[in-house]
Amino acid sequence: MMITAKIEVLNMKELQLKDLYDGFRDPEVIKGFAKLIEEEAKKLSHPINIMEVCGGHTHSIMKFGLPQLLPENINFIHGPGCPVCIMPKERIDHAYILADQEDTILVTLGDMIKVPGSRGSLQDIRAKGADVRFIYSPLDILKIAEEYPDKKIIFFAIGFETTTPMTTALIDIVLKRQIKNIFFHINHVTVPEVMVELIDSRDEHIDSYNNRIDAFLGPSHVSVITGSKIYEKFPKEHNRPVVVSGFEPVDVMEAILMIVKQFNEGRCELEIEYKRLVTYGGNLKAQALIENYFEKASLFKWRGLGNIPDSGYKLRPQFADIDAEKIYADILPNEEIEDHKLCICGDILRGMAKPDECTIFGTACKPQSPLGSCMVSSEGACAAYYKYGNLLK
Amino acid sequence: MCLSIPSKVVKIDKERNVAIVDTMGVQREAGLELMEEDDVKIGDFVLLHIGFIMNKIDEKDALESLKVYNEILEKLDEEDRQQMVIDDDNCENRGA
Ligand code: SF4
Repeated sequence: MMITAKIEVLNMKELQLKDLYDGFRDPEVIKGFAKLIEEEAKKLSHPINIMEVCGGHTHSIMKFGLPQLLPENINFIHGPGCPVCIMPKERIDHAYILADQEDTILVTLGDMIKVPGSRGSLQDIRAKGADVRFIYSPLDILKIAEEYPDKKIIFFAIGFETTTPMTTALIDIVLKRQIKNIFFHINHVTVPEVMVELIDSRDEHIDSYNNRIDAFLGPSHVSVITGSKIYEKFPKEHNRPVVVSGFEPVDVMEAILMIVKQFNEGRCELEIEYKRLVTYGGNLKAQALIENYFEKASLFKWRGLGNIPDSGYKLRPQFADIDAEKIYADILPNEEIEDHKLCICGDILRGMAKPDECTIFGTACKPQSPLGSCMVSSEGACAAYYKYGNLLK
Repeated sequence: MCLSIPSKVVKIDKERNVAIVDTMGVQREAGLELMEEDDVKIGDFVLLHIGFIMNKIDEKDALESLKVYNEILEKLDEEDRQQMVIDDDNCENRGA
């Protein structure tokens, strides 16, 4: 194999936008890292399973065929980090009911609109005449509210720490400008709590190194906001190394090499690969906005995983005036709802099964007609397998 | 929902608290609400998420990573060339 160095950076003084993009996707660099990982992995005393918590990583890993580039003794376990996939039916039913109210426009982000709740998806209620809109940015809601002053605009807010501050930025604007027709249904969830839950629930089933999470690939953009500090307890208390990695394939490969080296050198640490964007402390202004408007909900139910303590946010009580969950408390049900019998999303989100182990994967359940939530979002493990499955080893 | 491409700031509109950024040739607006005042300047590389700038990209760190990657490639290149020489020296079919 002849390798030609393609990136001319040794004498480069000024960074170009293109370098930030191409430099971290360069196939030669990916191959280079594959070689280094292979060398390093020969020294491992046991196979290691690395969980990527974040759906963005799952997508990138599948898209660039990274599992094929890794030696047998390094395995990926796909984690629960797709905000759409973990949204339980109960919450989707809330959105459905809110959308069905008179003079209401329900707005939400991303693929949320396609996920089925117990009554149907937001797409279904829209087909029945409700005004449901998909937006690119929470800021778009300001325009909608201005255009429809007589309607109530309800934002069904979803996402991890990555998107939480954007919701609070909108709340900040709404309150400062005294906009009276925007309301919030908050479904923001947090990463460290679910990581603890995954370690604990899997440790119960440990019989070999096969089903153990040995290390974590820390989410890219969650960490931009929170800083790497939120993972400190994993190496310290749970004996699991964490390397915060960027989304680009080169980032992921570099982070894997860092993890393997930790094992070989007998270290168990928190490290940052994604240094160009992540610091230990994170974005303090964003954190202050969250702190100002939100407090932890004592429980949040994750689809497939059940109730996880302190893993969600809700509006602080003083903001009840804009809190759709409080305003519409009489019509929003609270009973628990079972997931589809054949869907094994729960096991997939726990990293205990791969999508192709589901008996209806690719047959009854496809991206066009999803039965479970992991098939809906492009970040979901089932959707990623469906799209890029032919690249698997 | 999380994937985003790096962008470069081309203009700042203080009045509306937005930056105009260039993302691979496409210009768009991004809210500055999550950034400290005057922290973002024209020419900065930033990361966007759902219509907001979520942080600046540290140019020094980015360049450093690219430099390390380059060195890795050069080293592997060197090893490959050495291996080819060794292979050639050990070639059993010499003279065949
Ligand atoms: S393929 Fe569909 S039904 Fe099966 S686990 Fe995935 S989302 Fe659930």
